[in-house]
Amino acid sequence: MTLRVTDLAVARGGVPVLDGVTFAVAPGTALILRGPNGAGKTTLLRCIAGLQPPLSGRIDGAEETIAYAGHADGLKAMLRVRENLEFWAQVFGQTDIAPALIAYDLEPLQNRLAGTLSAGQKRRLGLARLMVTGRPVWVLDEPTVSLDVAAVELFAAAVTAHLAGGGMALIATHINLGLDAQTFDITPFRAKLSQRSAASDEAFL
Amino acid sequence: MIALLRRDLMLAFRAGGGFGLGLAFFLIVTVLVPFSVGPQSDLLATIAPGVLWLGALLACLLSLDRLLALDFEDGTLDLLATAPLPLEAALSVKALSHWLTTGLPLVLAAPLLGVMLNLAPSGYLWLVASLGLGTPALSVIGAFGAALTVGIKRGGLLMSLLVLPLYVPTLIFGAETARRGAMGLDATTPLILLAGITFGTIALMPFASAAVLRMTLR
Repeated sequence: MTLRVTDLAVARGGVPVLDGVTFAVAPGTALILRGPNGAGKTTLLRCIAGLQPPLSGRIDGAEETIAYAGHADGLKAMLRVRENLEFWAQVFGQTDIAPALIAYDLEPLQNRLAGTLSAGQKRRLGLARLMVTGRPVWVLDEPTVSLDVAAVELFAAAVTAHLAGGGMALIATHINLGLDAQTFDITPFRAKLSQRSAASDEAFL
Repeated sequence: MIALLRRDLMLAFRAGGGFGLGLAFFLIVTVLVPFSVGPQSDLLATIAPGVLWLGALLACLLSLDRLLALDFEDGTLDLLATAPLPLEAALSVKALSHWLTTGLPLVLAAPLLGVMLNLAPSGYLWLVASLGLGTPALSVIGAFGAALTVGIKRGGLLMSLLVLPLYVPTLIFGAETARRGAMGLDATTPLILLAGITFGTIALMPFASAAVLRMTLR
């Protein structure tokens, strides 16, 4: 089961941002997406996660296999850390949240309300959510924002463990995670200006 | 699905969850009506079914923009859309939890407020039946309105404008059932039509809501 993206074109707000993107992520490997701000990393990841349709091209191996983590963590401030994780585990048909709590060092915090956590702690909880989904492909959009050095190491260890178990990861990031992974720069795939006129459902929106 | 329902109910009952918002609004509106109309019990009895139905409808409308907006802001909707649960089911559950925290308390409080509005004794059963059958439609239609406006900052007014016309059939048949019941007439025909609207919207609206939400989430 390989995540394969072929000749993909994506648009944001009706404007094509990327064109001709082709890559593959095999089981047990990770791919780091690089590119300057506004290059289209988030749009590409949302497209692969199925949140928006591509303009053209194919995405194979993404049905019901993706655990997506975007800029927002999807946490409820009035639920405890444990309750937040249990909810997502149940939605994905899982039950065991203990490994996720341990991997991100959240056990001492498990009875705190998520609203009282610091930004970095919230981020750790948001990333711990990936482990309770039981999905093989992690699609992560800047996962290390507001994490300290120790937490980045926890995250890298969690990704390494996930890959060792045959999982895959597609990570957009600007920092060096210390992972043994290929890097994929999306800058050369920027859509040309001539293509930026048609292809819009703006009139409908 | 049950996990989502339990989470939504838990959130509604915790501090700041908004449980009781609609109920409090409903109480205030119906308590204020006798003050504004005056102490003429005949007049109050005549308008009671309509006032109770209108109050219930506005109370539902008031709490609608919390239905999806909070989940949109913290990213939960994006994550739910990628979860194994179909978006149609997720929205049905959201509408159900909205009804349980808003519609159901209104149904239960309505007879009490009927006393305050001097509702005729024969009308209570019909009032409760019509509200019980009609308010689920308000929640389901409301979920559609919330899905339409979820990405828009301060979309509350727009949502009200979009949703209120869709509420009209429910209001007409609901208030007609309660009015006929209070006057001692046979109210089964409007009640059956009301039930038809409710079951129709429950069956069809989640698909429209999910289609619209997929578009607004892009």
